[in-house]
Amino acid sequence: MLNGNIFKKALNSLEETGILRPGAKPQTPDRLYIKCDACKAMLLADELREHLYVCPKCGAHMRISARDRIHMLFDEGSFQEWDADLLATDFLHFPGYPEKLAEYREKSGEKDGVVTGLASIGGHPCAIFVMDPGFMIGSMGTVIGEKITRVFERAAQQKLPVIGFTVSGGARMQEGTTSLMQMAKVSGAVKRHSDQGGLYIAVLTDPTSGGVTASFAMEADVLMAEPGALIAFAGPRVIEQTIHKKLPAGFQRAEFLLEHGFLDKIVTRDRLRVTLKRLLGYHRQEDGSYGRL
Amino acid sequence: MGDFDRVLAARSAERPTGLQFFSAMFSEFMELHGDRRFGDDPAIVGGIGRLNGMAVTAICTEKGRTTRDKVRRNFGSAHPEGYRKALRLMKQAEKFGRPIICLIDTSGAFCGLEAEERGQGQAIAENLLEMMTLRVPIVSVITGEGGSGGALALAVADTVWMLENGAYSVISPEGCASILWKNAAEKETAAEHLALTAEKLLPLGIIDRIIAEDEPMEQVMKKLGCLLYQEVERLRSINIDDLLEARYQRFRSMGTDKIQKGTEEL
Repeated sequence: MLNGNIFKKALNSLEETGILRPGAKPQTPDRLYIKCDACKAMLLADELREHLYVCPKCGAHMRISARDRIHMLFDEGSFQEWDADLLATDFLHFPGYPEKLAEYREKSGEKDGVVTGLASIGGHPCAIFVMDPGFMIGSMGTVIGEKITRVFERAAQQKLPVIGFTVSGGARMQEGTTSLMQMAKVSGAVKRHSDQGGLYIAVLTDPTSGGVTASFAMEADVLMAEPGALIAFAGPRVIEQTIHKKLPAGFQRAEFLLEHGFLDKIVTRDRLRVTLKRLLGYHRQEDGSYGRL
Repeated sequence: MGDFDRVLAARSAERPTGLQFFSAMFSEFMELHGDRRFGDDPAIVGGIGRLNGMAVTAICTEKGRTTRDKVRRNFGSAHPEGYRKALRLMKQAEKFGRPIICLIDTSGAFCGLEAEERGQGQAIAENLLEMMTLRVPIVSVITGEGGSGGALALAVADTVWMLENGAYSVISPEGCASILWKNAAEKETAAEHLALTAEKLLPLGIIDRIIAEDEPMEQVMKKLGCLLYQEVERLRSINIDDLLEARYQRFRSMGTDKIQKGTEEL
């Protein structure tokens, strides 16, 4: 079906940056100010952007689009996108799915929930995948599975390390059991890359949950997260419904996972670039490869 | 029979549990306990069985029969230590060249506080990663409910079969309906579209064969045992590197033909 939104007014520049959560209403019409969800402070939009969308008052790390992240993290001009033309289809005739795809394609400006490609960081080349919170909160279906699988396969062929940013509400229900299979599909490619000695660094961002947590998010050699990121298999609401109890404060946040031994590091957004650069440096071999590739 | 009826059949308390399949299929079974890290999860049972004389590593989820047993086994919903026990036993199987058979009937990995604390996601992820390259044949059968990641964590296999009245799904129809339409009553609509029945999963390549339930279950279980023996023998005759390549490609191909390249027309 045709995307029926062509007559809607163009997105303003801040929406393009993707700092708005899906469905969030602009808080001021002129978009000069943005409210921090955590401490409710009103922040100047320009200032916030310079702060990498980290609240200067309370340090909350706001969700950012895949493109913004690539732009702020990797060497300028180094990013070459892969597989930008892959599109999900409604192969199960799931009620409302075509409309939802069209809506999020327009809202986010992306075709699906992950951007992949080749980039460099401090001169270190790497294959990257960056999931996008603005596209169905990174819900994982066939396109995400295929694109991330190709990242690991190409990285294995081209002897590159992989850097991946996860954000996901889980598997994409509208693609049924096939979406569940993406967990195994990507895991297979991660394993092959790893068995060849490839380095994989994952950065888990808010929120990373469900099938993504139970597959490639947890399969990295080095596992990092942004402060305060929710990282879960089952989300807090599901758990509260299952056990009929309130969960303690901080449960399933990055700091909680670090304490329980499931993360290597928590890294603030302003330290990500230097941290990744150093890690890549540690794995660089004399012949220019990374890991044992 | 509607797809939601199939879900109800898969959940039926009348359905034989994993251990009942084992006793119908194996002449002997010796249970081996524990993950060597934290504990022993009774929701997953593993050990060594004799299938038509052949020693196999056998793992199943177990829902329990009596009320007390069901509670003890957490109704077949495993904690991370259950998945870690399964992986330990699968690696043991690999060491001794024993084929692996997994029977799955679980509503899902447990969604609880301790399960999260001990890394439910990490435990499942590790199974997916490691099973992909285990150097022995693996056959998994969805005998009842195949509840999402908690089922897949035992189903990265060379061959995946499903009983006629099984249901293998990314989410429960009730969960799907309440998330998408804020109305659990839409569960029947959800079930119709989640592609969770054996009939719908076969053409998608997610399962390789439907095991008919056209006889009393005791007979069905015995027949499954015979079929599993033949399948394991067949897989054992294949060069292991070819088998691993086929296992990789089996999952690598999932959904690829459903993706469109270029143009945005849906």
